[in-house]
Formats: sequence, structure tokens, C-alpha cells
Amino acid sequence: MAAWSSGPYRRRAVVLVIGVVLVLAASLLGGCAQDGGNGRGGPGGGGRTTVSIGTFGVFGYKQAGLYEEYERLHPDVVIKESVIERNDVYYPQLLTHLAAGAGLADIQAMEVGNVHELAAGQAELFEDLSRAKGVRRSDWLPWKWAQATTRTGRTIGLGTDIGPIAVCYRKDLFRRAGLPTDRAAVGRLWAGDWRKYLAAGRAYRRRAPAGTVFSDSAAGLYNASIHGYAERYYTRDGRPLHGSGPAVRASWDLAMRAVRTGLTARLRQFDKSWDQAYANGRFATVACPPWMLGYIKEKSGPAGRNKWDVAAAPRPANWGGSFIGVPKAARHKAAAIDLAVWLTAPAQQARLFERQASIPSTPAAYAMPEVGRARNPYFSGAPTGEIFTAAARDIPTLVFGPWEQQIGLAFTDVGIAQVEQQGRSPRQGWEAAQREIANVVDG
Amino acid sequence: MTATTSVAEDARAAPGERGGGRSRPGPWRGRLYRWDLRYSPYAFVAPFLLFFAAFGLFPLLYTGWASLHRVELTSLHHTEWAGAHHYVRLLENDFFWNALRNTFTIGVLSTVPQLLMALGLAHLLHHRLRAATFWRVALLTPYATSVAAATLVFVLLYGRDYGMVNWALGALGIGPVDWQNGTWSSQCAVASIVIWRWTGYNALIYLAAMQAVPDELYESAALDGASRRQQFRHVTVPALRPTILFTVVVSTIGATQLFGEPLLFGGAAGQKGGASHQFQTLGLYLYEQGWFNYHLGRASAVAWTMFLLLLLIAAVGGLVARRRGGDG
Repeated sequence: MAAWSSGPYRRRAVVLVIGVVLVLAASLLGGCAQDGGNGRGGPGGGGRTTVSIGTFGVFGYKQAGLYEEYERLHPDVVIKESVIERNDVYYPQLLTHLAAGAGLADIQAMEVGNVHELAAGQAELFEDLSRAKGVRRSDWLPWKWAQATTRTGRTIGLGTDIGPIAVCYRKDLFRRAGLPTDRAAVGRLWAGDWRKYLAAGRAYRRRAPAGTVFSDSAAGLYNASIHGYAERYYTRDGRPLHGSGPAVRASWDLAMRAVRTGLTARLRQFDKSWDQAYANGRFATVACPPWMLGYIKEKSGPAGRNKWDVAAAPRPANWGGSFIGVPKAARHKAAAIDLAVWLTAPAQQARLFERQASIPSTPAAYAMPEVGRARNPYFSGAPTGEIFTAAARDIPTLVFGPWEQQIGLAFTDVGIAQVEQQGRSPRQGWEAAQREIANVVDG
Repeated sequence: MTATTSVAEDARAAPGERGGGRSRPGPWRGRLYRWDLRYSPYAFVAPFLLFFAAFGLFPLLYTGWASLHRVELTSLHHTEWAGAHHYVRLLENDFFWNALRNTFTIGVLSTVPQLLMALGLAHLLHHRLRAATFWRVALLTPYATSVAAATLVFVLLYGRDYGMVNWALGALGIGPVDWQNGTWSSQCAVASIVIWRWTGYNALIYLAAMQAVPDELYESAALDGASRRQQFRHVTVPALRPTILFTVVVSTIGATQLFGEPLLFGGAAGQKGGASHQFQTLGLYLYEQGWFNYHLGRASAVAWTMFLLLLLIAAVGGLVARRRGGDG
């Protein structure tokens, strides 16, 4: 202080302080100005409403040009999207924002594993979209509609995409192992039962090309199987089933059999080594919902082109899919509801499929040429629209309960992983999964 | 810290300097002057205190409050008094003890080699070297790398099927190691990431301390016929003792809070720290309880337990330092 108060130092200090104050003031004003522009009819905003939409991962609305088109149709609306990469970061944030009633986007995306929790515990914080103008409940697959609807009939989210399961397989490896390569014949190999899929795996193993195995992971197989049952971890009236339910038992046994017979590459899905195994062509099949196709293409690279193909899964099942809803605390509710309804209408879902390969949750879109005639050039020109929409029709209404994702992870990432990767016995793996679940469920 | 004290000292030293050179200031200026002297230091410290109260003290107290209640992330408005329930639960919980044990073993596996290597490196750098600045900057580059970037590279290196480490081991005739799934192998892998990031940083701290050791000590040691190694043992290390204690305490705190490296090393479900939680640290356990299982009350209890542990460690460190000081 003393040194500063004399001569040039003082001047420098004054300049410094003024500079800091100016910067702070400018940033504050900047923030205010932005806020002002958000408001309806704010000065300088040209009377435009900014509708914000918060998503996790890539929903593809922007990429498919849907925002642009909506803004063209509604010159008074500007759409602002904010994306958080992973749902496990996005969802806790959404929960805290909902509790605070602040920091929310006008439209918020919800993952299928969370939507039950939100519908059961926080439905009053969302607009009831079943009453929104332009919404026809009959447009959606009944089970998809039911997932975001409370017992009292309030619908907190409109369905976007769904995740009907197929099996992606390597034609070249199948040929060398002496198995059929035509996608219809491959689908017939295991039609109706996942145990037939394992039988095909044993046939593959007999003449397997060196260094390859039949399936990527037991956890993937478990997921593909269990998501085909209506009641998995809870019954319809909320009784827990994770200790002994028939769906859990059947899917667990399937996974254990796959591990014991050495039909899996002992990988964990979405780990780096899984990515590398794609690039190296290490496994011949993987149970794939439509959203996984882009991933496979990216990780297998140009070398995998025309080697992959898509066949029907043994049983219809749904893995993943999302919803968009409008929180009560949203700033521009009316505009947000209009946009949400438009984004999830069949025509827009069909266009999204074209760009993003996410299967619409509105059957009316299936007849549209974008979906019905779609072929995926990377996957040997497979008619993906046809395969996945056929799989979508017979999916049961999955019953969701609390801690859905944590219970699933306890089986796949603890129980099965201990058996598959750490060589423990199925019994030890099962017990570890049950301990894990007990720890989650007990608050 | 250092900046504020030096300013305050300057302010205290001011009257002498001033009074000598100029005429006596008027009563108003004099009063202003005294205020300036008395209160300016507080004004300078105030921003820190305000930020500390908002982002340090309040969360700390709030976490303490939450640890005594049932708070679920899925229904934040509904809280219920739980007393010591969460703490009692922790003591009975295998996952908690497992995490505590892992935190300790990974902490030892990373801190001990790290500090020993840092000491050795600092010793090497202390001598005249060509391009000394280059080496010092090189030491600091791992520290400047982000945890995420570094860990992702290490995940690739330690891959079971296609990793470079296993490839090199294979070339030596040693079978592949499943770095992620073994207990010791995974803990060593996580520790190696920590070592890689922090060794250079500690080496620079040691180097700075070494350069403050008076040359006369070395000269007289050399006159007595001490070799370089003996000089290191009997001159450098004793002179560095306070610095070593400081780095031990700081590294221990860092090890107790270990989070990013094991989380990213664990891949898709990293918060579990492996299929049998073999490298789940306390930090990961806290994160899993709070942000994956939504039990904020229980997570707060873990946080406060960690805080108490750190206080304990700091107290032990302080005691050791005092004892040492008394001996010397």
C-alpha cells in the first residue's frame, strides 16, 4: 500500500483498479443484456422468444435441421440448445434444478431409466403434456406413452426415440465359420429364443476364425434379454423382483451360460477395450439397439464397411430411448410446449431417423418413406427402418421402478463382470450383485 | 497468503518512510492515513473471506447438517432427521471399509515412490546440468496435463488385449496382466498415474529447498571427505526435513481425496472402481452414494468422515513436526 501510494505506482494501481471494475461491470451488464434479450419483447430482441432445450448426448435435432425449420415457421421464436454429454452428469443436475425451481431449460430431456422416477416423485413439477394442443395420444406406441404417464394420467414427457433390439453381426466372420450370412437366414437361426442364439454361438465356436469369439459381452446379452420382459426388477404393483424374478433369473442364466462356454470376448461395453475390439474385428455379434449403429460404424471404421449386417433379434426388447418434457418452472411454457409437440410429431421423428438412425416412437412415422425405405449403406445396405420398426411393434410395456439403472448396473457391472472378467463363480457374482442392490435400495 | 502478509507488513512499515521525507500531514489526512493503515489489510483479505464463507464454510456446514438427515436427490424437499444413523451405517458397511482400505493402499503405493523419486530427481537437477531450464520445465509438464487426458492415455496403455504395457511384458516373456480386474494390478495402475502426474511437481519443490541450503555446508562436508552420496544423506536430507514434511502432508491430503484417476480408469461405470470395487476410493464411494444412488445424506456423512480423517492426519503431522523440532 505504502509503495503504491506514491508516484507512478499509484497511477498504475488506479489504472488497475479501474480496469478490474470495468471488466466486472461489463461482464455483469453483458449477463443482464443477454437476459433482457431472452424476455418476450425485450428491447433490442426484435420481439423474439428464446426457447431453451437441455439434452444429454446428441439428440440430433440441430443436425437434422429441425430447429432451423421451426424458426422459419415461427419467426418469433429462437431455439437455444445446451447439451451435456453424459446422462449420469445431466440427470443429477436436472434433479437439483427441479428442486430449486431455477436453472431449468424450457424443455428438458429425460432418459427412459429416469422417467419413471420423475413421473412417480416429481410429476407436479412438469406440465401435463397429454392435454397440450396438437398431442394425440394414439400417435405413440402405447408402451412408450405409458412410461412417462403417472397413475393419475398425467404425462410428463413426450416420447422421442425408442431402442428396439436387433443383432448386428459380422458377415465375413460368419462365412468363415460356416454359418449363413443372409440376414433373413441369420435371424431364423435364433428366432424366438435367446438360447438358440447361444446354440448358434457354439456352432460358430467349432469353426471360429482365429482370434475371434461369438459375442462381445455377457452384459450386453443380459440387457438384450431382460429388456424383453414386462416385469423385470419390479412387479406392476411395485413389489421388488430383483432377488428372484423370472426375467432376472432367465437373463442371468443366459449370461452365465455364455461366459461358461467361452462365447464372449470378456469385454465391458463402452470401455476403451470394447472400442478397440471393434477395430480389430474381435467378435462376430453384438445385440444392438438402433442408437448403437452409429457407435459401431465409428469404432469399426472404414475397414468394417459392408462386413457388418443387421438381423432380427430372438425376442422383441427395448433398450433405451428418451422423452422431452416441459418443467412448470420454465420461462416460456406455451412456446416450449408447442416446440416439444412439434419435435416429437411423426413427421419430425421420421426426419430425425433419416439423420440420426433413432427409431421413432410414433408408428405413424414407420410408413413414411424416410423410415420405411431406409437402408444403412455401412451395414451392407440392411433395411434398418424395416428391421427395427418390426421389432418395435411387439415390445411389451416395460414396468419401471425406483433405482432402475442402479439395479441394472449391479447385475451387469458387478455381478456379471465378476464372473466374466475376474473368474469368480456364478454364485459369488450373484451374491455380489444382491449385496450391491441392498446397499442402493437402503437409503 | 504470502501476498497479503507482505502487503500488511508494507503498510506497517509505511509511517517511518513517509514521516521522514515530507512535512507533517493535516489532521484530516492523518486520520485517513490511520484508517488506511488499520483497515486496509482487512479490505484486502475480505474478498478471500467472503468467497471462503460462500464456497468453503457454508458447504461444509450444510454438508454436516445433511449428514444428520435423510436427504435423497430424487426428493430434495423432503428431509427427515436421522441423527447418527448414517455414521453408524458407515461403520457397518463393507463398501465403506473397502474404500477406506483402498484409499490407504493406493495412497501408500503412490505417495512413497512419488516422493522418493522426486527427491532423487531434485538431487540430480541440483547439480550443474546442460539445459537445466529445459529439464525443469519437462518435470512440470505432467503436472500441467489434465487428469482426464492423462488417465485416458494410461487406460489405453494398460489395456488387457491391446495395451502397450502388456505388449511390452509379452515381449519380455511375461504373460498379460489384467490391469483393470486384479486388485493389486489395478491399484498399482492407478497409483502410477498419480506418480506420473505429481513426481515432477514435488521434485521442483525439493529443488527450490535444496537451493536454499548454504553452500558452506557442502564445502565443509567435502573437506571432511564426504562423497556426493554422503553429502546427500547427511546434509541435503536433514536440511530438507521441513519441506519433506510439507510434501508428505500435502500428498497425503491429495491421496485421501483421490478421485479423478480411479474414476476415469474404471471406464463406463468408473464410480464403482472395478467389478469388485477393487480400486474404489473414498472419493469414488462418496460420489457413487450421492450422485448415482441419490443418497445425499449418506454421501454427506462420507464427506464429513473424510474431513475428520484429514484433520486427524494433519494433527499427527503437526505432532511429528513439533517432536522433530524439539529434538533438533
